[in-house]
Amino acid sequence: MLENLFVGIAHWLRALLGGTGILPVEITESIVFLVKLVAVLIFILLNALWLVYMERKVAAYMQARIGPNRVGPKGLLQTTCDIGKLISKEIIIPKNVDLVVFLLAPVLIFVPTLMVFAVIPLGKNMAALDLNIGLFYLLAIASVSSLFFWMAGWSSNSKYSLVGSMRVVAQMVSYELPLILSLLGVIMITGSLNMSAIIDAQTKVWFIFTQPIAFLIYFIAAVAETNRTPFCLVEGESEIIAGPYTEYGGMAFAMFFLAEYANIMVICAVTTIVFLGGWHAPFEAFAIGGAHVFTWIPSWVWFFLKMYALIFVVMWFRWTFPRIRVDQLMGFGWKVLVPLALANIFVTGIGIYIYKAIGW
Amino acid sequence: MKQISPAPLEEIRQKFSYVELDERQNIIVPADKLLELMKGLKDEFAFDFLTNETAVDYPEESKLEMVYNLNSICHGYTVMVKACVARDNPEVPSLFPIWGGANWQEREIYDLLGIVFTGHPNLKRILLDDRFDGYPLRKDFQWESGRE
Amino acid sequence: MLKTQEYTLNFGPQHPATHGVFQVILTLDGEKIVKAEPICGYLHRGIEKLAEARTYTQVIPYTDRMDYLAAMLQNLGYVQAVEKLMEIEVPERAEYLRVITGELSRLTSHVLGTGVYALDIGAFTGFLVCFREREKMMDLLEELTGSRMTLSYARIGGVADDAPEGWLDKVDQLMDAMPGYIDEYNGLITGNEIFQARTKFVGQLSPETAVNYSLSGPVLRGSGVNYDLRKNMPYGIYDRFDFEVPLGTNGDCFDRFYCRVREMEQSVRIIKQAVEQIREVDGPVMGKAPKVLKPPKGDVYHEIESSKGIIGYYVVSDGSNKPYRVHVRRPSFVNLGYLDEMVRGYLIADLVAILGSIDIVLGEVDC
Repeated sequence: MLENLFVGIAHWLRALLGGTGILPVEITESIVFLVKLVAVLIFILLNALWLVYMERKVAAYMQARIGPNRVGPKGLLQTTCDIGKLISKEIIIPKNVDLVVFLLAPVLIFVPTLMVFAVIPLGKNMAALDLNIGLFYLLAIASVSSLFFWMAGWSSNSKYSLVGSMRVVAQMVSYELPLILSLLGVIMITGSLNMSAIIDAQTKVWFIFTQPIAFLIYFIAAVAETNRTPFCLVEGESEIIAGPYTEYGGMAFAMFFLAEYANIMVICAVTTIVFLGGWHAPFEAFAIGGAHVFTWIPSWVWFFLKMYALIFVVMWFRWTFPRIRVDQLMGFGWKVLVPLALANIFVTGIGIYIYKAIGW
Repeated sequence: MKQISPAPLEEIRQKFSYVELDERQNIIVPADKLLELMKGLKDEFAFDFLTNETAVDYPEESKLEMVYNLNSICHGYTVMVKACVARDNPEVPSLFPIWGGANWQEREIYDLLGIVFTGHPNLKRILLDDRFDGYPLRKDFQWESGRE
Repeated sequence: MLKTQEYTLNFGPQHPATHGVFQVILTLDGEKIVKAEPICGYLHRGIEKLAEARTYTQVIPYTDRMDYLAAMLQNLGYVQAVEKLMEIEVPERAEYLRVITGELSRLTSHVLGTGVYALDIGAFTGFLVCFREREKMMDLLEELTGSRMTLSYARIGGVADDAPEGWLDKVDQLMDAMPGYIDEYNGLITGNEIFQARTKFVGQLSPETAVNYSLSGPVLRGSGVNYDLRKNMPYGIYDRFDFEVPLGTNGDCFDRFYCRVREMEQSVRIIKQAVEQIREVDGPVMGKAPKVLKPPKGDVYHEIESSKGIIGYYVVSDGSNKPYRVHVRRPSFVNLGYLDEMVRGYLIADLVAILGSIDIVLGEVDC
């Protein structure tokens, strides 16, 4: 019942619309598809909101504080109220900005993140759109976001913003490479770019065990992609104030802020899918006494558990690490991660041939 | 208690004939010989640390008195050197070539007391605004709405 | 053809990493600093001029407002200068209380310096963890002096009041726990790989330059120059305590930072010894100072080791009840004078690291 909760809703909706007999199948399907997308959209926005709260709580407990605890039970409504406040604030537009680009950037910043979520399977049969080149689509779309940071930084017409956006582009471009290369090993093993196929390949063993180096590279590069500490030199508030967002205020700033959290969700979801077995329960293949131990928990719960665990790790990074420097960041990306990722591909290739030779 | 060795004042006086000592064992030097004395103190008597540099305004005697406090890190003794300059158009050679530490301290004295340091690389106001008129630490500075 | 161009960036006066209102006009080539022009004075209140219109005792609260992070040490330098001028004897117990509060002040300043440095490098947690202990020490200072930061505790001839009952035990307890906390800072901040990568071999300062530029405090000792006035020219009763002077080797940001951390350990040692010894000492906390202070005509220069470096007071008396001239040699101000040369060729991120490692307080720089 719970396992197929969301799939069931989709079926029910489809049956409801199709059952009337008035609408043709194509329209029914597109309505169902739209509902799925809107559901994903709302889900992400709510999650981003919740993640801000989670971040503040995690930070507080790491810093021997309590954190938000006044608005709502345990302060749960704090971020909702914050957003309310931010929406009501004036968006101050400095004098010499490139107005169109300046205002477009915070609007567009959410687009790639939302587009990416269309292909992410949040549970068994729970992808809004099961593309057969899902992973490729995801990487292609996700890398667009550096453009919007650049738009924000350039149009602000402020030196801090410019320095920040130059850092963004340099950082995102150089970490895109190890990010993609680290995923290649997995793709070589599965032979597919389809998310569901990648998850299916992990029924027995998760890829974190067969591709541990790739996992580390991917996770580091992904954290760098989201501009989080220790790679937060894009914002680097003690150096360049807030980087590309320096001149933004109110909701325009909050859009960047929420997009950051949505991005964290994306990278953690992808890590879950590619390396942690997606929505599979742990030890799913091994039944103890004829019964599966963990499968009574719905697949989508497993997915979120894994995702939030990773999100917690990302937050843990942020509240314990200092920030690294620009040259160190570049050096680490190009001199450590890229060669390591290439070596990983090489070793994986050899491994696949050996397995084939011994008849796997 | 660790005894601080006294500064070799007698030797300094013998070495530099134009130097006088006052009752508090401070070295008094004419302003035109200042640079020479300081170079000697640094090179021969190992006063390597210019801790303090300041000036005091004495309008009755129509002079500004420069005060230098030197420490010797290796020997552990200290000395105070004083030099007087005329109150109108005061000029003192800058000690920046000898001790880099004179840089900002001299700028501060210039800023607040209006003593011009010849040979200073960047003699600009440091604490006050560039357009500020007057030198506040001089005794005749008119202090608006101040308690006097 | 590509043409590159230098540009200027106003780093401050409103900037999170300048520790107050301080401006550096940077000339940048990309992110590399070509020239840095520090502009200070935004917080100038004319304390030296104000002091000329106050009586000797009334100057004490002004000294608080310079380095408000280690107020007791500022008080101490001033009152000792005046005592030297007037040749006033300070009772034993007052001397011990001065040492305890002075070292507590130094601890609060260094704890904050450590935390803020972590914040400059980007580790926010280090900052708040350091605040935890600072709060405890400030509570102790508040219990003794009635004020958390601007203590005004020292008086010419002694201290304002004796320690309340049980205060010394509380100090002792906190000092027992302090080494554990310092270990925690080392684990969280000092030991971090990224932190070390950010600070090691950045802003290196040779001992010769450090001495030549009159730098003092952890900035000087980080370069390996053993010059701590508490050891080299013991003032007060510092010759009775057993402590070491931590030194750096490379003279880089890390050494300056780490000197500060290890100085905290030494301060804890001094306080523990002082608390132990003060229990044997009874008596008044105020010496025989006249009600109206009229020092004899003359001048005096006295310097002590503050948390930021050597703080010196030059006091001139004309025989009246107001000082003729008070000049303060502020360590932050003099230490900052070398900033331009120090940051050239480094990146913006390094400027923040270097500025943080000098540990300035703008109230003191601008006086």
